[in-house]
Amino acid sequence: MERILSYVEAIREATDQQMAEDPSVVLFGLDVDDPKAIQGTTRGLAEKYGPERVFGTPLSEEAMTGAAVGMALAGLRPIHVHIRMDFLMLAMNQLVNVAAKSRYMHGGQVHVPMVVRCMIGKSWGQGAQHSQGLHSFFMHVPGLKVVAPTNPYDAKGCLIQAIRDNDPVIYVEHRILHFQKGIVPEELYRIPPGKARVLGEGRDVTLVGISHMLTECLRARRYLETTDVEAEVIDPIWLSPLDIETVVKSVKKTGRLCVVDNGWTACGASAEIVTRVIEHLQGEREVAVHRMGYAPATCPPTPSLEDLYYPNARTIASAAYDLVKGGRNRWLPAEREELQEIEFRGPF
Amino acid sequence: MQKKKLVKETYERFYRSIYRIRRAEEEIARIYPSDKIKSPVHLSIGQEAVSVGVCEALRPKDVVFGTYRSHAYYLAKGGDLKKMIAELYGKATGCAKGKGGSMHLIDVGHGIMGASAVVGTTIANAVGFAYALRLQKKDSIVVSFFGDGATDEGVFYESLNFAALKQLPIIFVCENNLYAIHTHLLRRHKDADVCGRIRAFGIPAEQIGDNDVFAINERVKAAVSALRAGQAGPFFFECLTYRWKEHVGPNDDFHLGYRNYEEARPWIEGDQVRRLATLIPSQRRALIEAQVEEEIQAAFACAEDDALPEARELLTDVTGD
Repeated sequence: MERILSYVEAIREATDQQMAEDPSVVLFGLDVDDPKAIQGTTRGLAEKYGPERVFGTPLSEEAMTGAAVGMALAGLRPIHVHIRMDFLMLAMNQLVNVAAKSRYMHGGQVHVPMVVRCMIGKSWGQGAQHSQGLHSFFMHVPGLKVVAPTNPYDAKGCLIQAIRDNDPVIYVEHRILHFQKGIVPEELYRIPPGKARVLGEGRDVTLVGISHMLTECLRARRYLETTDVEAEVIDPIWLSPLDIETVVKSVKKTGRLCVVDNGWTACGASAEIVTRVIEHLQGEREVAVHRMGYAPATCPPTPSLEDLYYPNARTIASAAYDLVKGGRNRWLPAEREELQEIEFRGPF
Repeated sequence: MQKKKLVKETYERFYRSIYRIRRAEEEIARIYPSDKIKSPVHLSIGQEAVSVGVCEALRPKDVVFGTYRSHAYYLAKGGDLKKMIAELYGKATGCAKGKGGSMHLIDVGHGIMGASAVVGTTIANAVGFAYALRLQKKDSIVVSFFGDGATDEGVFYESLNFAALKQLPIIFVCENNLYAIHTHLLRRHKDADVCGRIRAFGIPAEQIGDNDVFAINERVKAAVSALRAGQAGPFFFECLTYRWKEHVGPNDDFHLGYRNYEEARPWIEGDQVRRLATLIPSQRRALIEAQVEEEIQAAFACAEDDALPEARELLTDVTGD
């Protein structure tokens, strides 16, 4: 029997199973023990494991991140939850100067096994400070691992891996992905760092989608099916370490790469992926590239502007079409009701 | 008779510790212009009494977190001198394999957690460590050392609040030397009453005003006993002290004009190294000093001879993979 769970349930189950198995796992953050339980991802855990292992915190992002580092140094495996990724800006000193560097600058005497769960928001007027995808900030820093699972199966497997990992892991969620449903095995399993997944093969163009944009890329692939353009879609899963080989292999075949990020393009994950693919293939294979991401502006809450702010399946399909055909073809597929919501359920 | 012996032993232990720190740092200052030391050094000369007084109240398994002015508490807590000097020289035998430097000394085996160059940073780490110790039902305690500069930082107050909320087994030790680099406390705060601010968090706070190594030790010992007996933490001590040398580097800096020698004079006259020396019979004193000198010489000799890290170390320990 294949079990279907939501992304939220997958996170909750991974946390629950890890806490049951290992008394060193602790869970804290603003509101983890409140009635809403972080969209349900922490529901019931405070009751089950007690207030010493599961607790809400003061609004003190830097100190609580520093405390997580201290707990990790003492042998615990803390999971620190932030309901918005934007709030991590208050914790950058501890993440970048301490968590990332402790193992190295202390000559390997210590390590910092901690998970920082954070959520990217979108729609419902999230606006300037509830919508940012800042994963590239963390990809920049040696010593941090970054993962952005896009479906319930990976949500569970990546969280277990992140908890067991002996390095700090920034675990990037997306509020819209929380609603995804898919096949999630009950047993423990891990999605190892540095391994991407090809979701649907195609010969003409490689689409790499990050976080929620992966689902938009999958929808774009469906829109392209009405044309003669075949898209191959890749989910990098782990952004750091990044499995560039899987992307290179695909682009070697297609000769075209479009990276769609859930963040800005400037100095971002899309810049990194495109550059590394070209470094691998230059002189061997001519490659046409394109990047898509947030508009280079602050996120506006009003729907008329917010719609323009994000790439979507249709604009991605249109860009991919242009990349294959060359020039501007002004092809933009009409909205299709049945492609509004697409879930990629696995099994993988 | 028994008590007298105990006092004598205590004096000697304190003297050995404080003399070792003073002389090690004087040697660092002497060698520094040769450029053999590949690390900025923040000397504790003048402030050693705080580290010695506090660490002499601790057990080996207790844990200290500190700052980039790290030599004194590292040595006072039992840190390996050879590994410290090698670290300053950037050698592979250093306590951080030459990849940390003076500002990131660490000796986990002796309960000395890594220091940070960013002011205030390790206070939060110390609080988290104390949380873990209690969850793990260990009877060790944590000491967090920091300077008065850290009391300007937001993370300091956030950490105090959490430690008080959770009643953690931690002792905060503020080494108040009046200056954050070159800026006086009263140019950074309207009110210099550090302890008053701390009490607002519901934390017992006490100022120890004269850099007296025994007074510091007595007060911290009482707090340690209370924590070990299961009394709720945290405790806070503001230890007034004075840095004789420049903020960073081996020299005096009275010529800069941000402070003057008259301010320093009472602290220098009250030097705790000299005070402890007078409490010990001269023969015993000579023996202790000779032993310490030998250890220091050996440490510098090793650091001179030891190898630099190999190229493969550049990418080792970035992550655990």
